[in-house]
Amino acid sequence: MRPLSYARPHDAATAVAMVERDPAAAFLAGGTTEVDLLRIGVHRHDLLVDINELPYREVEELPGGGLRLGALSRMSDVARDDRVMARYPAVSQALLLGASEQLRNMATIGGNLCQRVRCGYFRDGISPCNKRHPGTGCAAIDGINRGHAVLGTSPHCIATHPSDLAVALVALDALVHVIGPGGSRAIAIDDFFVLPGDAPQREHPLAQGELIVAVDLPGEVIAARSTYVKVRDRQSYEFALVSVAAALTVSEGVVRDVRLALGGVGTKPWRARIAEAELMDAPATRESYERAAAAELSGADVRRYNAFKVPLAERTIARVLERAS
Amino acid sequence: MPVDRVDGPAKVTGAARYTAEIVLPDLAYATIVGATIPSGRIRRIDTGRALAAGGVLAVLTHEDLPRVAEPPHLLPSLVGAAAPGESFFPMQDDAVHYAGQPVAVVVADSLERAQHAASLVRVDYARTPAVTTLDEGRDSAYEPPTLFGGLMPARMSRGDVDAGLADADVRVDVSYHFAANHHNAIETSATTADWDGDRLTLYDSTMGIRATQLTVAHLLGLHVSDVRVVTHFVGGGFGSKAMTWPHVTLAAMAARQVGRPVRLALTRPQAFTSTGHREEQEQAMSLGAKRDGTLIALRHHKLSLASPFDDWAEPATATTTQVYACPNTEGVHRLVTGNTMTPTFTRGPGESVGVFVLETAMDQLAYELGVDPVELRLRCHAETDPRGNPWSSDGLAECLRVAASSFGWARRDPRPRMRREGDWLIGTGMAAAAYPVAFIMPTQRARARIYAGGDAVVQTGTQEFGTGVTTVMTQVAADGLGLPMEAVRFEAGDTDLPNTSAAVGSSGAMMVSAAVHNAATALRDQLVAMAVADSGSPLHGAEPSDVEVHDGRMRLRSRPEVGETYGEVMGRHHLEDAEALGSWTPPPPDTPHGLLTFGAQFAEVAVDPEFGLVRVRRLGGAFAPGRVLNPKTARSQLIGGMLWGMGQALLEGNRMDPRQGRWSATSLGDYLVPVNADAPDVTIDLIEVDDEVVGPLGAKGVGEIGQVGVAAAIANAVFHATGRRIRELPMTAELVMDPP
Repeated sequence: MRPLSYARPHDAATAVAMVERDPAAAFLAGGTTEVDLLRIGVHRHDLLVDINELPYREVEELPGGGLRLGALSRMSDVARDDRVMARYPAVSQALLLGASEQLRNMATIGGNLCQRVRCGYFRDGISPCNKRHPGTGCAAIDGINRGHAVLGTSPHCIATHPSDLAVALVALDALVHVIGPGGSRAIAIDDFFVLPGDAPQREHPLAQGELIVAVDLPGEVIAARSTYVKVRDRQSYEFALVSVAAALTVSEGVVRDVRLALGGVGTKPWRARIAEAELMDAPATRESYERAAAAELSGADVRRYNAFKVPLAERTIARVLERAS
Repeated sequence: MPVDRVDGPAKVTGAARYTAEIVLPDLAYATIVGATIPSGRIRRIDTGRALAAGGVLAVLTHEDLPRVAEPPHLLPSLVGAAAPGESFFPMQDDAVHYAGQPVAVVVADSLERAQHAASLVRVDYARTPAVTTLDEGRDSAYEPPTLFGGLMPARMSRGDVDAGLADADVRVDVSYHFAANHHNAIETSATTADWDGDRLTLYDSTMGIRATQLTVAHLLGLHVSDVRVVTHFVGGGFGSKAMTWPHVTLAAMAARQVGRPVRLALTRPQAFTSTGHREEQEQAMSLGAKRDGTLIALRHHKLSLASPFDDWAEPATATTTQVYACPNTEGVHRLVTGNTMTPTFTRGPGESVGVFVLETAMDQLAYELGVDPVELRLRCHAETDPRGNPWSSDGLAECLRVAASSFGWARRDPRPRMRREGDWLIGTGMAAAAYPVAFIMPTQRARARIYAGGDAVVQTGTQEFGTGVTTVMTQVAADGLGLPMEAVRFEAGDTDLPNTSAAVGSSGAMMVSAAVHNAATALRDQLVAMAVADSGSPLHGAEPSDVEVHDGRMRLRSRPEVGETYGEVMGRHHLEDAEALGSWTPPPPDTPHGLLTFGAQFAEVAVDPEFGLVRVRRLGGAFAPGRVLNPKTARSQLIGGMLWGMGQALLEGNRMDPRQGRWSATSLGDYLVPVNADAPDVTIDLIEVDDEVVGPLGAKGVGEIGQVGVAAAIANAVFHATGRRIRELPMTAELVMDPP
């Protein structure tokens, strides 16, 4: 492991300043991704600024019925928070279906949104990878790409966004609060994740030194009927082949409102806006769900080993919506 | 008798010290730099930045590493000789034959500094074309004369298979592709080397300390007596520690270079390219049968990827051509020379995959014939081995019947795709299992010593890698001596102790228990002889065969009140201790007996046909491993084996990226093994069968038979659930899901 410096400031302004002025600095929260990537030489930070002394651990009520998840609240704590379980079941389910109990006890909500991809070519430290070494190419496109994305891909990167939580947050229109050298701002969750395009090294709109402090869940009734379903090879401790976060309002056999997002298939947590548009005011039937799913996946860009994700995603969407209606 | 593990408390409290936890004064840390290309030459290695990094003691490359005394020659460690895992030693020249091949070794004063310096070594390669998949090398496949270090023929045949197939009323032809598998013991291999002048002590995580000792002595040109190998706890082997791989000797070479003890522990990614693997392979089988199910022809071919150094293939056809009565059989292995390290034993080597092919073909045959799959196996049962020799012990029919009964097989509706529970289709399947008993080990030895106080130490140079051997041998020694278990300490894991072979091929229980039993009973007999010859003993003049020992007291079988303790007779003879050696020499390999361990496997699966997910709900197995020395540890071994088989069926597989010649998965996040949530209910029936051939205790071993046949039972259950036969392992979602 490369030698590096470590600091543990007690206030946010100091932490932000330390990272801002050093392009090779990074924040350290739960460390469950960062330390791994440092050890395998994929991250090469010279300074880690540990933010665990900062006061962002709580889950708080928001005016208007929403919840604020502190960026340093642990995945396990949020997953078992009564308010989250009752009002945002998809969030709780997504958290509990991610990682392992030990990791969830360490990993934070803010860190979860910043986790890096699981693409083997990114992580091996050797292969061409535009995300790790811009301009070197993408080994995955013509490589072993069973786990890779079929939506939001570019000729430069097809790595799948790995987060479960983010899929639920994208479905429920969460808001990411950040502080930084220029003050604070809020970013809509769907804008927080950036498509790879021709710059896959850039995954978020955050500037150097900007720090996530909270994630807000808006107070919407439909969220209480949300659900998260994850399809994976083994039954625990495994990333999704396909996952679906969904919430549905149906009356008199017609879809009145819908939230739908996909994991395991996109280069970012994938809000299924095409399918949502198809479903609005459509009959709440299996046929509608299948048609909407097919519409969403119609733009899929499949590779040698991941073509199965298209029918798998379509079937998962249809089943989840059928159960949710 | 079911007995708790004697090493259990040390393991669960963390008191047990594994090889990479051995702390020596002045310990330095070595790390390997592996080649990133599969084939080519090293143009230049720049070690300057690595040497300048903090704490670095040495950076060794092919330019300065000493040459080995003699080139290695692969030979399975059970034979008891030097047992390098491949006939190749790295860093002897500038050639690269496989990705991961060591091209430099960095030694530093801490592990972190060694790894950092290793990342600074710059290697400039001239790459040449490589073959790393079967598809790339298919056209150059060849049939080697022999396999397995020359111990086995690559082609075995009997009768006339073509004529048999032509005569058949029913014929089944199947072919399968199997992804490469890796062992993934939770403890990656590690070696700590400590020189004292010309004498070397190695702490090594190995399944065979003697193999390590002989291999390193051979490669370094040392007297065997100058190399001592110690291992106390090993965190799993599954074949990856059955042979001695280059890193072990590299650790010793690095320690000699820096003049300090050196620890070399493989990282998880390195473990994928440093200790062998189960090779990528294809197998095809044709069965010809009469309408009543009688087999008349069996052809079994295997094509697999080998290394540039060795004609290595797990021998897949030796067992499949013995399990059932069949007059015409043919087994052929063909190889493609690939740019990988030499593959190696992986739990159930050969049988794991070969029996999968046989037992899925038999299932298919059962459906073709309209015969129940259990009934078909019973009809095909072989009363003798193919040479006409009686089995040393059998039990296959009992295993099939008992396991079928425990599982509730009789109620099964054989029609596929008939049971549905919600999203899930339910299916059941079964398979027979068989694993060979190999008599290729040399004489096994053990030593027993008793003290006048009635406490005993029994020693032999085997090693505990999680099987429970320490516990079982304590039991065997206590039984042989007539002492309570608490009075006996079993010591192992040191080549200074009497020699046993590497505990591989499921042979540990058989061969080690034989030596331990013979040592313990020799000591008992020595003391009984002393007593009956001693006029001061109440047993004076008795026939030794009339004397038994219970709780350390020798007594007449007919009149138990007449007797005395070991301590009493030793006291009169002014002996503080007494000692005996015991040994066991296996029968010759051509002993006139059929030598297989049998079992039967049953599985119930739930398949989500839309998603392609397979979840195993129940596994049931019955096994006939001769005498069961400790049902508790035996069950643990068998359960572990069965879950391994489940992983083989559904999860485990690695793909080469042929453009790069590197494995796509090199972590436990990418190479999936089952987790607890995947583990179903497992029931095990142990069928004890008398066996007078396999040693004085009649124990055959349970290390691998539990793994054999499970994947076939699961695949057959998937067919029963879905009506589809999957022709690849692992059976991942994209293969199982209903087509769009």
